[in-house]
Amino acid sequence: MRSVATGNKAVAEAVRQANPAVIAAYPITPQTEIVESIAGFVADGTLASQYIPVESEHSAMAACIGASATGVRTFTATSSHGLLYMHEMLFWASGARLPVVMANVNRAVGPGWNVWAEHTDALAQRDTGWLQVFVATVQEAYDTTLMAFRIAEHNDVLLPVMVNLDGFSLSHVMQSLDTVTLGDFIPPMVLPHRIDTANPQGYGPLTGPEEFYKFRWEIERSMRDARSVIAGTEKAFAETFGRKYGMTDEYRCEDADVLVIALGTFGKEAEVAVDILRKEGIKVGSLRPRWFRPFPDLDVKGRDIVVIDRDYSFGFGGVLADSLRARYRVEPSSIIAGLGGQEVTYDDIASFVRTRMPGTETWFGVHDDV
Amino acid sequence: MTMYEVRIHSRGGQGGVTAARLLAHAAFLDGKHASACPFYGAERRGAPVVSFVRIDDKPIRVYSQIRHPDLVVVLDTTIMDAVDVLQGLKPDGVVFLNSSEKSDAGEHTTYTVDLTAIALSLGLVIAGSPILNTPVLGALARMGVVSFASVKAAIAVTFSDKRNVRAAEAAYQELVL
Repeated sequence: MRSVATGNKAVAEAVRQANPAVIAAYPITPQTEIVESIAGFVADGTLASQYIPVESEHSAMAACIGASATGVRTFTATSSHGLLYMHEMLFWASGARLPVVMANVNRAVGPGWNVWAEHTDALAQRDTGWLQVFVATVQEAYDTTLMAFRIAEHNDVLLPVMVNLDGFSLSHVMQSLDTVTLGDFIPPMVLPHRIDTANPQGYGPLTGPEEFYKFRWEIERSMRDARSVIAGTEKAFAETFGRKYGMTDEYRCEDADVLVIALGTFGKEAEVAVDILRKEGIKVGSLRPRWFRPFPDLDVKGRDIVVIDRDYSFGFGGVLADSLRARYRVEPSSIIAGLGGQEVTYDDIASFVRTRMPGTETWFGVHDDV
Repeated sequence: MTMYEVRIHSRGGQGGVTAARLLAHAAFLDGKHASACPFYGAERRGAPVVSFVRIDDKPIRVYSQIRHPDLVVVLDTTIMDAVDVLQGLKPDGVVFLNSSEKSDAGEHTTYTVDLTAIALSLGLVIAGSPILNTPVLGALARMGVVSFASVKAAIAVTFSDKRNVRAAEAAYQELVL
């Protein structure tokens, strides 16, 4: 059914249809509309989930972990400081192989106090063993949230998934939304190691050096296997509902000499910059990674790369730029832009491309040359 | 059709964000692609706020603020003392003011309706503030931005209080082209 919705409402509707048994959440701007909408569904009976209003995000994730361990579908949503407060529990979710699905509405981390979009909150959770995906439209937020449950709960994955959407610039933007009749697209969750009172076992004992590393390798093996599960799920989604997604979203990349690489809404806005620059004779494309963990295979060989990081790792560089440098031995033009909701337009993105200097890092609005 | 861009000026609590969403919803019902992007500042009642609506035949890929609107909507003209509402308005851009006077905004074609009076006459008041976001949709429909049928439908699915549709009808009737 076609209608209109904000990014937050789209996520909430996907969660309603995925029908988790347990939702535990704590409100935080700009995510609040998600859990508020879900609480409304539970209150009016359109969603039969057990909704646990907790006293903190740490408890929200702990409650999802406890519920997920019994073998049932779980969901939570957060942003920024709430996500950081969960940090310890994020490792518990992935380490215990629990397919919790979470929406994270990307927001800068204070101080100074700031509620606007930035990706540092999510990227600071890079090494927690969560799959991470970044979306760029209201429709994609809805579709990806549905797919996240199927991917997380797949027997070859059994890892938690974080669906990221830009605070305000997507969470509060209203666009058209085509909702689906879900049918059996997300199979019932089957957790092989679920807690079962009829079959008591020990969980979480001290794990010595002779065993621990095996669990860590199992996580990495599943991360690697997740690529084919993601591909299979996106293919099934396209066949069932007609909308195609991939590890990346590519726009006019086939013959491109220059690639703009950015996560989230900047990656979508970059498409408009691409159209402008193509008219100027610059063969450029927009390559938007949807998935950040596992990291996608990008066709960047022999091309000029302009990376826009809406994040920063102090003392090193933009997280996306560093990932590309490390993985592909490339020297991108690294742009740091959009921190704390800094306004960046398609004209600005076009100018990043025109003034690109491989091997340099430029802070938009700070350095004079952009 | 090239993209049509609307910037709505209001004060926090006057419903500018909802007006933007209703306009995008009506455009969607007209079969267009539409996107409503509110700009959230330090939100507090009474502070000047802006909201943006883009309408196009093609999917909208822009999330940044509108620099060069085709239409500027001012729900509270006292803002014009503090904010240059005409900033970046296209040379052939038009202006809508919520005003009881036949004012005009420089060289730009300016339309006015007293939305506040319409809201007050229907008793559409929340927490002491007249509701402007539903009557303004009637005015915008009269200006041809969206169809009036879609405006009524968008309001009806958003608000159960039928006075909202009546307010839009009143503004639609009152606006003089």
